Amino acid sequence: MRKVLLFGLVILTGICFIGRLFYLQIYTADAYSISNDNAIRKVFHYPKRGYIYDRNDSLLVANQPSYDVMVIPREVEPLDTILFCSLLKIDKATFFKSYKRAKNYSPRLPSPFLRHLSKEDYAFLSEKLRKFKGFYIQKRSVRDYQTSIGANVLGYIAEANTKEITKDSYYRLGDLIGKQGVEISYEKTLRGVKGVKYIQKNIYNRDIGAYKDGVFDTLPVPGKDIKITIDSELQAYGELLMQNKIGGIVAIEPSTGEILSLVSAPSYNPNVLVGRQRSKNYTKLYLDTIHRPLIDKGLTRMHVPGSPFKLLVALTALQEQAIDTKTNIICSGKYIYGKKRRVMQCHCGGGFRNLNSGISYSCNSYFAMAFRTTIENTPNASESMDNWSNHIKSFGLGDFLGNDLSVGKKGNIPDGNYYNKWYPDFQWGATTIISNAIGQGEILVTPIQLANMTAAIANKGYYYTPHIIKSIEGQTINPNFSTPKQTSISPEHFDAVIEGMHNVYTKGTASFLKVPGIEICGKTGTAENFTKIDGVRQQLTDHSIFVAFAPKDDPKIAIAILVENGYYGSRWAGRIASLMIEKHLKGEVTLKRMERLVIEKSLEDEYLKPYSGEPFEINEQ
Amino acid sequence: MNLNRANSFQLDWVTVIIFAALVVFGYFNILSASSVGEFTSYFDIAKPYGKQLVFIVSSLILILLILSVDAKFYERFASIIYLCSLVSLIGLFLAGKQINGATSWYDLGGMTLQPSEFAKFATALALAKYISDLQTNIRDQKDQIRAAIVVGLPALLILLQNDAGSTLVFLSLIFVFYREGIPQYYIIFGVFVALLGIATLKFSAGLVCAVLAVILLIYQLFFKRKKKKFKGILTILIFSIGISCSIQWAFNNVLQNHQQDRIGLWLRLEKNPEKLQAMKRNISYNLNESEKAIRSGGVFGKGFMDGTRTRGKFVPEQHTDYIFSTIGEEWGFIGSSIVIVLFVLLILRILHLAEQQKSQFSRVYGYSVASILFVHFMINIGMVMGLIPTIGIPLPFFSYGGSGLWAFTILVFIFLKLDSNRLNEW
Repeated sequence: MRKVLLFGLVILTGICFIGRLFYLQIYTADAYSISNDNAIRKVFHYPKRGYIYDRNDSLLVANQPSYDVMVIPREVEPLDTILFCSLLKIDKATFFKSYKRAKNYSPRLPSPFLRHLSKEDYAFLSEKLRKFKGFYIQKRSVRDYQTSIGANVLGYIAEANTKEITKDSYYRLGDLIGKQGVEISYEKTLRGVKGVKYIQKNIYNRDIGAYKDGVFDTLPVPGKDIKITIDSELQAYGELLMQNKIGGIVAIEPSTGEILSLVSAPSYNPNVLVGRQRSKNYTKLYLDTIHRPLIDKGLTRMHVPGSPFKLLVALTALQEQAIDTKTNIICSGKYIYGKKRRVMQCHCGGGFRNLNSGISYSCNSYFAMAFRTTIENTPNASESMDNWSNHIKSFGLGDFLGNDLSVGKKGNIPDGNYYNKWYPDFQWGATTIISNAIGQGEILVTPIQLANMTAAIANKGYYYTPHIIKSIEGQTINPNFSTPKQTSISPEHFDAVIEGMHNVYTKGTASFLKVPGIEICGKTGTAENFTKIDGVRQQLTDHSIFVAFAPKDDPKIAIAILVENGYYGSRWAGRIASLMIEKHLKGEVTLKRMERLVIEKSLEDEYLKPYSGEPFEINEQ
Repeated sequence: MNLNRANSFQLDWVTVIIFAALVVFGYFNILSASSVGEFTSYFDIAKPYGKQLVFIVSSLILILLILSVDAKFYERFASIIYLCSLVSLIGLFLAGKQINGATSWYDLGGMTLQPSEFAKFATALALAKYISDLQTNIRDQKDQIRAAIVVGLPALLILLQNDAGSTLVFLSLIFVFYREGIPQYYIIFGVFVALLGIATLKFSAGLVCAVLAVILLIYQLFFKRKKKKFKGILTILIFSIGISCSIQWAFNNVLQNHQQDRIGLWLRLEKNPEKLQAMKRNISYNLNESEKAIRSGGVFGKGFMDGTRTRGKFVPEQHTDYIFSTIGEEWGFIGSSIVIVLFVLLILRILHLAEQQKSQFSRVYGYSVASILFVHFMINIGMVMGLIPTIGIPLPFFSYGGSGLWAFTILVFIFLKLDSNRLNEW
């Protein structure tokens, strides 16, 4: 016993120590990494954010320096607040508010005190800054828009919020991140990779040199410039035409799927979201619930397609051999269907209608017949509807297009199941859902889906996924964008439909919109729409819709236009389509009268009507 | 004669190798902890790492000297060495230099000498000499007291110089007394007092005494029927209450504030977690930083000269008392465990050799060496890892300092010399 006591104690102590080491270094220790070591200061170097060019190489978005005053509250010493405030052009209350906010965030870490100093203020302040311990100026790079158009396409960048930071650990508080448009869809390409320097701190928080002589330091990788498919002249022209109207224009090059212009109206000047007034301006835009300028209407406004949908009804009917190009009916100004002899009005003027004149005069009766025949082709309405639905969906409707745009909506293309749920204990049939025939029922589309549909018709049966990226500096773009997507309609059925669309211009509903020297194929549309005001469903003036492509034989542009509450299709949407097509194909506009008419037209009264609180008329001439 | 000569150089190479490994590894850690941003040359004697190299080289010379002297010398001159050591300790009251609150150094123009370090081996020699004296019977109380005075005198002098840590080292010689035959209840009594003291400080004297009374009462009622024993029980109780209260009193009145704080923190007397954190940051700032450094080392450590907390000098006194945190940070769990294992092996090896000594002098001395090393090892590493309250004593062979390194070298190599000579003892 006397011999072993010390032996035992020595061994026991050794075991205790190793146990304690295990506890400290393995059991409770977080995995060590230099990024969470507070003995290492991480200094980030932000690379240049990539520039954005349009398809004709004109620079749309560049960068400019911006100066932020940063504060480390712990290091602040008593200062001359009056002088400081006057240098920054803020009042004392703002000073204390900002200071408190910074202190609440962290007394040790730098946080922004005042953002976006003007160059003059920066010059004055930097002279006197040494008097104010704990404050310093951080130079950042912010966007410099070389244009006032395309805000919805280009998007904007802003400081990453906490949600974005937790989602992607690349971002830290104060980092800028794309929030809309191509800034968000090509964020990683544009931003590059920030460089980091690890600097050894000592106990007094002073830098004492590079950590491990900088072996872990990385150089910033500059962001790549990108070229987008937008033709900024066409885009600017589209925005001009859409002024004082709400709606969207989507123009696609059918042979590539490139988006030539993507107008959302009303829009805003992208420059207002840069600089010191940013948050004020943003709030203003955000709170405008009537015009919703921050919403991209070309991509996200879902609406019933109206008559342009008849093109797909016709194609489906042809494919399913429910009709052929010679099938004809006599329209009596209405289509009577069902046991209760319900009536669908037709405004085509009546008379002898076949596929061609059905399209060009937009005959409701003809397409009600075509749709009904298609659905009644098989005894099971639900199966027929599934089949019909698949044909429609093959045009990219009813689902996201899989494009490179930051927002989008699925829309809705009903299938058999949809109505089985809708009518659980009722045997529905073609006549129950006949309004789909003229694009009014349960179908919902977005303007970009309509444009894509038009491009597929122009291509006679296939389309390329619409996309905004033209090229990335030193990188190839998604190969999916150059792979054609086949529709389920055989190419031979398209000629008759295209001929009908051509006749829309030559003698039909858009005969007054002819553009000299250009063979345009189009289709007017008038979409009924409703809103709820104080819980009461009310009908508003119809949306004016138009789809078109041109030239007929070698389509260069396919376009879809939505003018909200613009009444019938050819009224505004059709006019805008003609002007856009002429602008794109000729480079100049000869239809000066039409141009002036469109530009001067304001639909503001129409939009304010429902909010006036008084009864109002719709669809006034 | 030939045989004797051969035996007289039979060094225990296991001890020598472990010793060398610890000293060399220690040097590299001092280099890492003290060269940040100011490294000039390995031989710059203005810097701790340069000086340590000088100390190591001079230790080699010391080793040669120690080994070349006849083994009998140490036994014969033990008393003289002890007296010289006492004189050097007393001299501090006249010409001592104060560093960090303790008057433990002689300033020899540019370098300092700490006699308390040398007092350790001197006391060990004197104790060995006294116990191994044919006239001494350690089981006899008188001789126990005399032996205790041999140990107590230098300890008292060091305590008066305000170096409580080094004083504690002399307490370790209790192991030697125990090994040589003092009664078992001395140890039991010591452990009892220690436990009672800790319990008192943690839970207050009143509560401890009440619990003790209840336990003894139950013991009396259910296990011992004999009335005679009741007196004994009562004595123990009264005695415990006395100790408990005096420990409480001593804690409040004798200990200095920083000592109270350190013990208070160790016992977690502060319940509020926020205040506890604040105490950790302020009172035991060193410990907090040293734990952080060790923790950040992980399994494999950050690598030699790459410890971020070492390079940033986050741990004060890192090249002296807190050198183990550098090992922990730069060499990780594996390196630190190896150091601990080496220390354990070294102490066990010395104990093993001590047991094999034929002369009592060598055995007692060897045992003293092992005890002194053990207490240094236990207190220093225990403190750096937060297992025991902060007590400032160096880690043998690792901590920067000439006096320490020389004293430990002398301590170990005198024993190795005695050991190499053991066959000649008869």
